[in-house]
Amino acid sequence: MTASRLALRFVALGYLAAILVVPVAFILYKTLEPGPAAVWRSITTPAAVHAFWLTIEVAAIAVPLTTLFGMVCALVLARTRVPGRSVLEALIDLPFAVSPVVIGLALFLLYGREGWLGPTLAEAGIQVIFSVPGIVLATVFVCLPFVVREVTPVLREVGDEAEQAATTLGASPWQTFRRITLPAVRWGLAYGVVLATARAIGEFGAVSVVSGKVSGETETLTLLVEKRFTNFDLAGAYAASGLLAAIALATLLAMTLINRKGAVA
Amino acid sequence: MGTTAVTVPTRRRARPTRRLGGAGALGFGISTLWLSVIVLLPLAALVDRSLHDGLGEFWRDVTARQAVAALRFTILISLAVAVINAVMGVLIAWVLVRDEFPGRRVVNALIDLPFALPTVVAGLTLLALYGDAVAYTKWAVLLALLFVTLPFVVRSVQPVLLALDREMEDAAASLGARPATVFRRIVLPNLTGAIVSGAALAFARAVGEFGSVVLISGNKPFDTQVTAVYAYKQVESDNATGAAAVSVTLLALSLGVLVALRVFERWATRHDR
Repeated sequence: MTASRLALRFVALGYLAAILVVPVAFILYKTLEPGPAAVWRSITTPAAVHAFWLTIEVAAIAVPLTTLFGMVCALVLARTRVPGRSVLEALIDLPFAVSPVVIGLALFLLYGREGWLGPTLAEAGIQVIFSVPGIVLATVFVCLPFVVREVTPVLREVGDEAEQAATTLGASPWQTFRRITLPAVRWGLAYGVVLATARAIGEFGAVSVVSGKVSGETETLTLLVEKRFTNFDLAGAYAASGLLAAIALATLLAMTLINRKGAVA
Repeated sequence: MGTTAVTVPTRRRARPTRRLGGAGALGFGISTLWLSVIVLLPLAALVDRSLHDGLGEFWRDVTARQAVAALRFTILISLAVAVINAVMGVLIAWVLVRDEFPGRRVVNALIDLPFALPTVVAGLTLLALYGDAVAYTKWAVLLALLFVTLPFVVRSVQPVLLALDREMEDAAASLGARPATVFRRIVLPNLTGAIVSGAALAFARAVGEFGSVVLISGNKPFDTQVTAVYAYKQVESDNATGAAAVSVTLLALSLGVLVALRVFERWATRHDR
């Protein structure tokens, strides 16, 4: 019994080590190998700094939009019985299943030069594809399900008795939402926001199709990693990857803390 | 066994009793509109473009030799990945739930790493580590896909295993069942639903995966080229219509998996409703 238990543990942890832990530790090692000064220089070149801020900017637009929509949509799914609700629920998951390349191409064919809306927008002087709005749209697309998926089950779990009580006692819908609903779902909401942020920062495929990859203009951090790699600037690619891996680890830490708080609350 | 398997009692979800009236309809309208503009409209444009030159041309794009080879490789390797991670996922979930060892919570947190790490970084990482031995081979693609789909089965099986009543297993053991028998006859039937949905999501993800594969696969036609990368290369060589046709097949495939999964879940929970 103990022998088989140990064997199971060994196999499971060994698999995790080979697939997960060793590679990520290795990339951090590779990042720091040239020494901190070289790494710092590599992630503070004008292109890298611009890529960093563009990534932050895109996330700063996409994540609040995702959160707002996610909250409205979760309320609809958990609290109303509108016909067509189940169709909506099924469609929410779509971005999880669609390949990033397909997402990018779809946006390209809608807003691009030959797309449905492209010519009209071009006449109005709005450029979406090969420009920041396209990157934002791609990011919003891929992030769409995260908040809904985390908040809906929590809303269903807590039920609506407290909300009804508040309404009976004369609270307005907004007061009920702010004082009852929002505190009840806050950890689920926080978890969804963290997941969406991580995805927004790390999105590559969809952004890769719509950005045009102009260095210093439409190049995000993940695109910078790819470009440096294909230009044989391995140390530079590792440095940018290390930065992204550090963000990922911070995300993981946030997720763990939120999970623990959510379990306690 | 089959129908008599004892399933974990799932908590009945609170039925939404209140009608939000106008506010509910407004919310529904906003949600539907947002979803349509962000998701459905672009996908409609994609489907429209794929049929731009007629059905015959669409069929020719989809059945081009290179496209078929890429699609066959994508499906086969995604199946392999789903199966491997189904087995390893159950094993990992079991160890995380039933075993005690120092650092278990850290390991538990690390499971989500592939969701947090950008895919292109994952690809670069595997390339750096396993470098010359596997780079630009089918093994490299397999490794990358195993990495990005690792959390699905673990995270779907783990809560079910946590909620599983140990008394059933104790009863079976006291009646003389060996640990392997207990696992096969008691634990596994209870986990089947979670394993299938986790593996299906892993499959859907693997089929569309791009970022982790693009650097490490070498994109060799008829060898390591996956459909997502093939479609990307078609876009780059200015063949948007061909790329759209291939993308539509990829879209249909992942939609099919999602629908099948939903049907399966309804079937599996038919006794709870």
